[in-house]
Amino acid sequence: MDHWRKSVGAFWAAFLPPTFWLVAFFLAPLSLIWLFSFGVKSGITDIDIVWTFQQYARALEPLYLGIFGKSIWMATITTAICLIVAFPVAIGIVFAPPKARMWLLLLVILPFWTNLLIRTYALIAVLRTRGHVNFTLEWIWDKADWALVLVGLGDLHLLGQKFEPLQMLYNNTAVIIGLVYVALPFMVLPLYAALDRLDRSYIEASLDLGAGHIRTFWSIVTPLALPGIASGIVITFIPTLGSYLTPDLLGGTDSQMIANVIERQFKSANDWPFGAALSFLLMYATFFGLALRAVLVRRESMGGRP
Amino acid sequence: MAHETASAPSTSAPIIEIKGVTKIFGSDVRAVDNVSLEVERGEFFALLGPSGCGKTTLLRMLAGFETPTTGSLIIDGQDMAEVQANKRPVNMVFQSYAVFPHMTVAQNVGYGLKIDRLPRKEIKDRVKEALELVKLDGLGERMPDELSGGQRQRVALARALIKRPSVLLLDEPLSALDAKLREAMQLELVRLQKTVGITFVIVTHDQAEALSMANRIAVMENGVVRQIASPAELYEQPASRFVGDFIGQINLFDGTASAAGEGRVKVTAGPFTDVILEGTATGNVCLAVRPEKVTISTSRPSGSNLIAASGTVTDIAYYGGFSNVFVDIGSGEPVLAEITNSARGVSSQYSQGDTAWVSWRPEDTLLFDE
Repeated sequence: MDHWRKSVGAFWAAFLPPTFWLVAFFLAPLSLIWLFSFGVKSGITDIDIVWTFQQYARALEPLYLGIFGKSIWMATITTAICLIVAFPVAIGIVFAPPKARMWLLLLVILPFWTNLLIRTYALIAVLRTRGHVNFTLEWIWDKADWALVLVGLGDLHLLGQKFEPLQMLYNNTAVIIGLVYVALPFMVLPLYAALDRLDRSYIEASLDLGAGHIRTFWSIVTPLALPGIASGIVITFIPTLGSYLTPDLLGGTDSQMIANVIERQFKSANDWPFGAALSFLLMYATFFGLALRAVLVRRESMGGRP
Repeated sequence: MAHETASAPSTSAPIIEIKGVTKIFGSDVRAVDNVSLEVERGEFFALLGPSGCGKTTLLRMLAGFETPTTGSLIIDGQDMAEVQANKRPVNMVFQSYAVFPHMTVAQNVGYGLKIDRLPRKEIKDRVKEALELVKLDGLGERMPDELSGGQRQRVALARALIKRPSVLLLDEPLSALDAKLREAMQLELVRLQKTVGITFVIVTHDQAEALSMANRIAVMENGVVRQIASPAELYEQPASRFVGDFIGQINLFDGTASAAGEGRVKVTAGPFTDVILEGTATGNVCLAVRPEKVTISTSRPSGSNLIAASGTVTDIAYYGGFSNVFVDIGSGEPVLAEITNSARGVSSQYSQGDTAWVSWRPEDTLLFDE
């Protein structure tokens, strides 16, 4: 290939469009929001950039710190559940016959083909009081109650007078279920990629040396899949931390996450500077997570030695 | 130690008995087809064959990574049908070495003993001993990516040998090494096997490797064992055209044979008519001779019963210690004669286009039934 200096025209032709795109649609709006975060509201739509930290100070008040903490906690739980669920799934796909693999992977990414809003409403239909989970439970309750009547224990009402539907919506559990549902593919795919790259002979060598499957999983598979695990954690955690739709639709009054608060600043509260400050704090938290991952992965690639 | 042979039966019993083992992959791929063989205790045994002949599948069945479709495997007197890979008295050196990249050399070598929950002190001592055995003393704290290919292989060897298995399985252990290192490792493996006294079963597609290292060799083709013999017997008395052709170089002449009484046959093949040979094969046969058994001369060789033909020299390849002279005697492929350059100028008497005679003794001739 020629050095770029030798074909300056081609260089600019290739360099300019993506640069323009990046500047116009990413850096410029981001800089604007960054400027807003140092401003104050003056009038209904006007913002004065006065280079004050008061928005950040307000964002660090206990109320908002609490929501930040809660968001991090929800994202952590979601990521942990995703990791626990996705690992067996990824192992299952890796060890499936080659023909089945493609179909299983397709099943994992299939939800991406449907809009998140529609998927979330579908989840509501499943979880609500008169939803599919409760219908199923009620059917089981009816059959069990009927069986008790059959054996002459019907008068005792061992299962209660009537079926009480579970309240599964509009609380933190519903949000976690929703977040796990949305984020799971993001965990499965990097884990699958890491496990697929793993040379099978490492696993066989471990078995050959007398280790059982569980021992092999912890001593060989997990450490060797660590880069994939780290990637999975990061790309699950970050979008989950900033998720907006899921807590908005599935959560109750106490389940709001930081993105819901930010949205309120930009819309109903009409306080753009404060919303901008919150946005940037969320972004800094994300950067911190990424930096942590980079440090962890580097230490691992150094061989885990002190 | 699970592997120690306290309950072993009498030492004269074969350490490995493979009885009618067949492995079918998918619905109809017969990777291993009704193989039966025995490996003696303390033997250096080679499974030799071209790629895809089933030798690696057979080895993996011994290790427990594949299950035979039919037949049984007995190691050290114990039927392996219900024994998982991690409970078998065998250890394996993988073709890729499979040295765990996230562990130090010492951790790699000690892995199997740690699994067996041996005391830390004993593990340390035995790791040191094993590293000395494979000449890696002092490299215990290195990471695998700081080692050369040859050193990684030694780690794999030490890691497998440290468990004192009844049998060490080696899957193409030298294929990833360069030629010089490979030769050194061949000698090294033989030395190691003599030192530890453990039965070695090695899989290789390299016939020179098998001939130089093994006590006995099983030659496989298409999942079937074609011949099991010592290296010398395999070379001098191949049982079939395939084995003769696969091991070393050989000149082949298709022809026919008819019985000539007293355990002899009369063979006509290529330019050779009515050659009387010891043998029983009749009908379509193949006459064969090893290149180094072929003598080349400028005039008709004396000696009444020699098998001889004349032709034109088509090529001379000089290799230093020996030369390969190709003589076209009108029988298809030119005849290859390997002549030793035991004196200066031996091979320079011949040049391309010269007329030359090739000849050999009847007792050096091989006859394969087709």
